Amino acid sequence: MEFLLYFGDVFTPLNFGLLLLGTIGGLILGATPGLSPTMAVALLIPFTFQLQAAQGLILLGAAYTSTVAGGAVSAILLKIPGAPANIATTLDGHTMAQKGEGAKALQISFLASAVGGVFGVLLLIFLTPVLAQWALAFGPSHLFWLAILGVTVIGSLDSKSVVKGLLSGCIGLWLATIGFDDIMGAQRFIFHPALGGGINIIAALIGLFAIPQVITMFAKGRKGDGAEVLTVQKHPISGAFRELFRNKRALGIGTAIGSIIGLIPGVGGQIAGLVAYDQSKKFSPEREKFGTGHPEGVIAAESANNAMVGPSLVPLLTLSIPGSPTAAVLLGGLLIHGIFPGTDLFDNHPDVAWTFINSMLIGQILMCIFGLYVAGLAARVAQVPQSVMAAVVLGLAVFGSYSVQSSMGDVYVMAGLGVMMYFLERFGFSAAPLVLGLILGPIAEANFIQGSMIANATDGLGPYFLGGTLNIFLISVVIASILYSAYMELRTRRYTSKEEILG
Amino acid sequence: MKKLLAGAAIALMSLTGATFADGHANYPERPIMMMVSYGAGGATDFQARIVTMTAGNEDALGMPIAILNKPGAGGRVGWNWLAGQAEADGYTLGAYNIPHFIAQSIKGGVEYSRDSFEPIANWGADPAVLVVGADSEFNTMEDVVAFAKENPGKLTTSGAGLFVGHHIAALQMEKACDCKMAYIPTKGGGAAAMKAVIAGDVMAGINNLSDAFRAREAGNVKILGVADLERNDFLPDVPTMMEAGLDVDNSSVNFRGVMVPKGTPQGIIDKLAATVPTMFENSRVTSKMKAGGSPMHIMTRDEVLAMWEKREQTLKELLAGL
Repeated sequence: MEFLLYFGDVFTPLNFGLLLLGTIGGLILGATPGLSPTMAVALLIPFTFQLQAAQGLILLGAAYTSTVAGGAVSAILLKIPGAPANIATTLDGHTMAQKGEGAKALQISFLASAVGGVFGVLLLIFLTPVLAQWALAFGPSHLFWLAILGVTVIGSLDSKSVVKGLLSGCIGLWLATIGFDDIMGAQRFIFHPALGGGINIIAALIGLFAIPQVITMFAKGRKGDGAEVLTVQKHPISGAFRELFRNKRALGIGTAIGSIIGLIPGVGGQIAGLVAYDQSKKFSPEREKFGTGHPEGVIAAESANNAMVGPSLVPLLTLSIPGSPTAAVLLGGLLIHGIFPGTDLFDNHPDVAWTFINSMLIGQILMCIFGLYVAGLAARVAQVPQSVMAAVVLGLAVFGSYSVQSSMGDVYVMAGLGVMMYFLERFGFSAAPLVLGLILGPIAEANFIQGSMIANATDGLGPYFLGGTLNIFLISVVIASILYSAYMELRTRRYTSKEEILG
Repeated sequence: MKKLLAGAAIALMSLTGATFADGHANYPERPIMMMVSYGAGGATDFQARIVTMTAGNEDALGMPIAILNKPGAGGRVGWNWLAGQAEADGYTLGAYNIPHFIAQSIKGGVEYSRDSFEPIANWGADPAVLVVGADSEFNTMEDVVAFAKENPGKLTTSGAGLFVGHHIAALQMEKACDCKMAYIPTKGGGAAAMKAVIAGDVMAGINNLSDAFRAREAGNVKILGVADLERNDFLPDVPTMMEAGLDVDNSSVNFRGVMVPKGTPQGIIDKLAATVPTMFENSRVTSKMKAGGSPMHIMTRDEVLAMWEKREQTLKELLAGL
């Protein structure tokens, strides 16, 4: 209960002001395509040089929390996920916005974020020592199987057919091999200097999701009078609360999966939302409604990606190992004040540690309040005429992909992948499985190479990858997931008609 | 058209060159950018931000230095950019990591070599150390060497990647003890390699002194040896590998410093080489670096030039067989 003692520190005028600044700024940064949570936190680091340690961390923690949630705004309204964490939100969120339920989608996404987020931070407060052991339990072989588990999701994710889902997943896996191989340093498929570092995931996200949208909008603008606008129905906040609690299952699955996956160093929040979305779909009696603007999908995805925020800091705060790029930036924020995460932090600087954690708790709630407040206003974005909207989105896409690492190369990658995706979408392929392949490829590959190097030096490939309780458990989940998909595919087998293929 | 443009550019450059030929007295007239070839939050980025934070002071450059991250492929993306695309006008600096970029240029596949850059000054030296988990059976360097000799190729040792300081240290250890280890490069840099040691995925690890020091403070690892010529101020109780009877010198020490692309006007190089080392000595910089557990080692341009040359020779010998 030690954390309760430090709640007062959060509410001193300066600290609370910084918390508000971080939350509101984070929401705005998060809603800007291309500004991922890592970028937003890194941008704020220089400001923390001038602040006390606890104050600096309040600013960074609040910004981290609210950029993750803010990413949902552009995911829902523009179908551009602000960060990999928000990919799953686009699937149902954007379809809801198209149906005129943009305000509702935003409200339930912020509420689900807050529920997941608060739960995640509470885990961080109460179970940190236990969770630290759990985070360490995942070695290369386990991470490899976890990535394979992610691959089994690919087929069933947002596609008209399993085969097309798998095909676009394969394209993603291939794209992931481009660039210098991180372990061996081999050069693969580098035809242009811009590809030396591989395909940047943020640039790819923007291209794959935004560019097909832009092209479609421009095409519509030419056909019609360009004044076709979406309606935005008003939606009372109490209704959003009711909707949230009607979908307890999705909320529970999202929160649990987000907390568990967020904990594992190196995998983190990138796939939490997608796995939670897929699992809620599998457990839902209304699974055929997913992808057509179903609130359950938004709730699962958003509760998962905010639930991951708290646990993702466990390896950093206890073991001094940054488990995600954002955690690495936060580590810098601690070190600059001479504070080492680990026992030093909790024994010698408890005021800093607990004020930081408490501010994330309050930050989640503040984020929700401001999010709900702006939801109605933000949803009006959808009312801008298509031709204007297309130009704005294109501008944001170029700005966002350039700003990732100040490189025109990323803009070319964004544009190239975007045009490719436009044509793929014409043929019924979907961007989400492709991005999942792009994220999972490097995780699976690096851990397989590393695991096999360890295995060859110790007890051989077979025992290393197939032995041990955790390995066997993960393998059985993989098999169950494949069998379930195959069963559902056979049961609901329908032959895709030519119209659907071309549609 | 391209030729015409290039011609015009050259003409323009020679024009401006002529105007400023008198020692670039007014340099710098606008903020300077420094490229870091690793991501935000990494050790190099973190230190680069600290050592450049006083650049705007009147007694330093008088203009701030902004950090630009160009991460990817173990630093190759950023250094390729600095060598090939960056403007050599003195307003684009770069951070270097030795032995990384020299080892990479020896292995090939990149557009730079030692000659593509001009060093300005060195700010830090982070030696490689050998770490084992807190509950490991190994307590000294001798234990580790004895195990490696008895079980050739069985001692799994993690490090941040191939052809970085950690790998060089492992190669030198193997050569010195005439034994075979299993070096496991990790994706995700030193943090991932450290996680592998703490979690027990590997038996030992080679890591940065600064990160290992922090992990030891947290009670997670034991540090058995330092791959440097003398003991480090942060770890006075840890012997060097030389003391433990292994002929391992300081070739794997990760030197970090500032450089500019070749072709930067000599007047600007001289001015930077004179000012930057004193900027590093600023007390605000040194205290922040000490607080963050980052060992400093300030060297002037001439010292760095000699160090680069020596390092290239050692690395060429060491990497010749690979």
